[in-house]
Amino acid sequence: MPPGISASDFYNILPELVLTSGALVVLIVDVLLPKERRGALAWVTLLAIGATLASLVPFRSTHVEVAQGLLAVDQFALFFKVVFLVAAAITVLMSVRYLEIEGASPGEYYFLILCATLGMMIMAGGIDLITIFIGLETMAVSFYILAGFIKPSHRSNEAAVKYFLLGAFSLGILLYGMSLMYGLSGTTNLRVMAAAFAGQETDARLVLAVILVVAGVGFKIAAVPFHMWAPDVYEGAPTPITAFLSVGSKAASFAMLIRIFLEGLPSMGHDWRLLFEALAIITMTVGNIAALTQSNVKRMLAYSSIAHAGYVLIGIVAGTSRGITATLVYLFIYAFMQLGAFAVIVGLRRADVAGEELKDFGGLHARNPFAAFAMLLFMLSLGGIPPTAGFMGKFWLFSAAIDAHYNWLAVIGVLNSAVSLYYYVRIVVFMYVKKEALGSEPATSPTLAVVLGVAVAATLVLGVYPRLLFELADASARTLGAAGVTTSLR
Amino acid sequence: MLLLIPLLPLLGFLVNASFGRRVGKAAAAAIACGAMAGSFAVSLLAVWRLVVLPPASRAIVDQVFTWISSGDFTAGFALRLDPLSAVMILVVTGIGSLIHVYSTAYMHEESDAEYARYFSYLNLFAAFMLVLVLGANFLVMFVGWEGVGLCSYLLIGFWYQKQSASDAGKKAFIVNRIGDAGFLLGVLLAFKTFGTVDFQEIAPIAAAIRPETAFGTVSLITLLLFVGAAGKSAQIPLYIWLPDAMEGPTPVSALIHAATMVTAGVYMIGRNAVLFSHAPQTLAIVAAIGVATALMAGTIGLVQNDIKRVLAYSTVSQLGYMFLAMGVGAYSAGIFHLYTHAFFKALLFLGSGAVIHAMGGEQDLRRMGGLKNDLPITYRTFLVGALAIAGVPGLAGFFSKDEILFDTYARGHTLLWAVGMLTSLLTAIYMFRLVFLAFHGDPPAPRATAGAGHVAPSHAAPSHHAAHLHDAPPAMTWVLIALAAGSVLAGYVGVPPVFAGSNWFGRFLEPSFSGAVVHEIPESPSLEGTLMVVSTFVAMSGIGIGMYFFKNHPRAADAVAERFPGVRNLLLNKYYVDEMYDASIVQPIRIVSEDVLWKAVDVRVIDGAVNGVGETVGSLSERLRRMQSGSVRTYAASVFLGVVLILGYYLWR
Repeated sequence: MPPGISASDFYNILPELVLTSGALVVLIVDVLLPKERRGALAWVTLLAIGATLASLVPFRSTHVEVAQGLLAVDQFALFFKVVFLVAAAITVLMSVRYLEIEGASPGEYYFLILCATLGMMIMAGGIDLITIFIGLETMAVSFYILAGFIKPSHRSNEAAVKYFLLGAFSLGILLYGMSLMYGLSGTTNLRVMAAAFAGQETDARLVLAVILVVAGVGFKIAAVPFHMWAPDVYEGAPTPITAFLSVGSKAASFAMLIRIFLEGLPSMGHDWRLLFEALAIITMTVGNIAALTQSNVKRMLAYSSIAHAGYVLIGIVAGTSRGITATLVYLFIYAFMQLGAFAVIVGLRRADVAGEELKDFGGLHARNPFAAFAMLLFMLSLGGIPPTAGFMGKFWLFSAAIDAHYNWLAVIGVLNSAVSLYYYVRIVVFMYVKKEALGSEPATSPTLAVVLGVAVAATLVLGVYPRLLFELADASARTLGAAGVTTSLR
Repeated sequence: MLLLIPLLPLLGFLVNASFGRRVGKAAAAAIACGAMAGSFAVSLLAVWRLVVLPPASRAIVDQVFTWISSGDFTAGFALRLDPLSAVMILVVTGIGSLIHVYSTAYMHEESDAEYARYFSYLNLFAAFMLVLVLGANFLVMFVGWEGVGLCSYLLIGFWYQKQSASDAGKKAFIVNRIGDAGFLLGVLLAFKTFGTVDFQEIAPIAAAIRPETAFGTVSLITLLLFVGAAGKSAQIPLYIWLPDAMEGPTPVSALIHAATMVTAGVYMIGRNAVLFSHAPQTLAIVAAIGVATALMAGTIGLVQNDIKRVLAYSTVSQLGYMFLAMGVGAYSAGIFHLYTHAFFKALLFLGSGAVIHAMGGEQDLRRMGGLKNDLPITYRTFLVGALAIAGVPGLAGFFSKDEILFDTYARGHTLLWAVGMLTSLLTAIYMFRLVFLAFHGDPPAPRATAGAGHVAPSHAAPSHHAAHLHDAPPAMTWVLIALAAGSVLAGYVGVPPVFAGSNWFGRFLEPSFSGAVVHEIPESPSLEGTLMVVSTFVAMSGIGIGMYFFKNHPRAADAVAERFPGVRNLLLNKYYVDEMYDASIVQPIRIVSEDVLWKAVDVRVIDGAVNGVGETVGSLSERLRRMQSGSVRTYAASVFLGVVLILGYYLWR
């Protein structure tokens, strides 16, 4: 056994190990199965995800550091891991029919989805810059390939290349910031770093490090002005991957953001709060206003997703335990409504219809009432209308901001969500009011029906009965505080 | 038990939305009407249980479940019945039931699926409205608040084949968003200030603080809430959506845009009377906006030619009265007017619906005339409604309007009172202009072609209406008669002391407003009596003026209009407010979004690539080169620029 690593460390990363093994099994089964039966790989993948979820159960209330501070196994990480795994499972279910239509081979596809999920899990658990970086890269490289997975599609290729080039560029910036943090503190462990920086005079080099890390993370969460890749990549990537990217990657990046800034740089709280406050305002506003005129729904949802990053930042700026709770709650809720919306788009994809344009939603109510109703719910939830989950999430974010005396942030948030309803409701108008779109009947496969059912149920139940989620998120946010971050949790 | 009140219409909605198109019209109507009638019955029972309690403890709370619980904050999904919400649920379910019954006949020409869709929306609307008025805290109220907005949007755009209908729906939606943003901010600020969103918990905290002399937090909260109220209840500057909302089916106009939903803003202020009474500055604004809206809408109503638009502006104007009452602290008077107005405005709208129904979809007053002989029941009931709204003694509108005007005068707001009186004159004039133009005089010839170009889609087929005009089917006429009876009798629950009454209604509501700062006014029967004589005189003069210009000397009205073409155009074009909004708000936003962000920020290079698919596409390497030399570099530059900007900020700081 390598020095510094004990057997219990291996036990504590059991979920990650299960997922890794599952990913390898997918690769092996892919080779063993005859080509026409490879659709079954989806079930193998789901099994792997299910097993990973089950293996999380023993760690419900664990609160330890693994391998001398490389990873933390705590409720905060657990909360995010559940989000990632659920999102991955939904993505897989969404992909079954999509891959058939596009005629792509499922083997590496599902393998890469599991790899990306693994990366996310490491990001959420990472309390060391090295681990976080490894997780980030595992996730990012998987997504670069997945974005370009539909090989005959130029849009898909273009998305992949753009994402890769810009991702590499922003990673450079992030790494530079991280190296400055290391150089100034002499450690890569965030918790040790926090202790080292505590009580120190503000150092200009540290400010530079903060700025660079904010820019790098800002790219990952697609905050304005680091967002420009998002609309192109979201539009070009295969729809299920877009969904996973906008939910999983975003949530993982927020987990990373919280770890780095709240655990590692609480002493610089004043500086990064100011930066994130500005980013939140610009991101919400630009995202929503740009979404107003989009006619491609994937692109519109890309801008909506940008705007949502702005809302979520509000909770981080507030920085109170209520703010962090709101952030976690919102990311959880957002996963369902966003994945659900993309699932409807996947359902509209037919051999003869791309299903991404606003007009493709015309008269959906008459052709597929359930899909239309589901989409209506997701749009209302994204827009923050009660009694859907989205309202609860927004209410908590905005009230956290007011509670922490960021009144203007809340005002801008409320105004933005008022603006955003305009483009969400436009889809509703097309579905319920406009004439039926051309093309063959949109078919709902059983897997898609499951996805829609789950997302609809979550959007409604979490709106009507959000209590349990709030309690879990609250407990998760508090594990951060217990790790010596109480000072930054005002 | 309280839960059952909104739950029944909600079930009606679910059943009709899922199976309505398959069960046929009769069953769909029975389900919807049954749900409403059941809800009305439960409401009566609940109110009875409330009334038998001693006045001080008149409240029934139904904690359905704990909604949010986080840290020290909990908010339940709780319903609460007190005198104020009791009045509201009776109005909503009572008038609502009648309008449901009326709709069974009015919408009968729709297809089965459309018919079921209509009734499912109507039920859903009622369910949300009941949640709004029964909600024990701001969050539950907000559920209803947004819900009724959504249903209203669906119902305005019901005849979506009409472009104007779908535009009107959109306009209502957008304008209401502005109001709702204000409302939500008010709620958030109240939450922060009081640490709770429960009305019952906020009231004692607010009652304990001194009324703000300067503009402070409470003033800000109430002002934000009032923005929400102005949006929902169509007050200046957010009233513009209501007249357009008349594009929906007429029973919808009656239910939503006259009798119930639009009063939500008034109700909300009443619900938070304690809070508002501690912010005199906001109250002054409420009163001023209310009376200004009343006057402005009254003047516009004078010249409109669409029968429903006249009534729509009349609604805006009457809502202005209610806000005036709230603003001067006469909360129970405002709610009293809300309650009587629900009767006669529903009657007037449904009466106009009967006219439109008979005329085959015609809504233009200039193409009507002489209908009193063809539609005797409609005429008589409509006349009762018109007399009631004009404030003729003995009818419902007289008691409630007079109470508002008396309270305004007695509290020293002489100017507000005078404007209110002027509006009262205008009300009588425009109502009787409508009555005389539609029902008296000679029918324009040839009637057979009337309205061919204005027919609502559902009424497109039957032209036999035009050939032989007759009263509406019994389901409609009986509703009109019932509402006419209500318009006569509803006022007698609030007879003022001057007529040896005891204002039972006001005393019943009192517990709901306890804790509010009220400037007691000395009982003064002589003053009240004098004011009543004045307002009766004003109402009668209004009717007389209407008769002179629009019955006896129709030319005279045109002559006056020609003498003042500027005023006439100003009023016909509704003070050009829509145009002003378009130029100052709509266009700039459109330009920013489309020209700046669409063309400059969102470069959408990918568009070119998509268009290229299907044409001859160059080699991948060439494509890559193009991307590298093009957008990707731009994007990277944007990231870099972001970093530099932030850095620059720090260096210059």
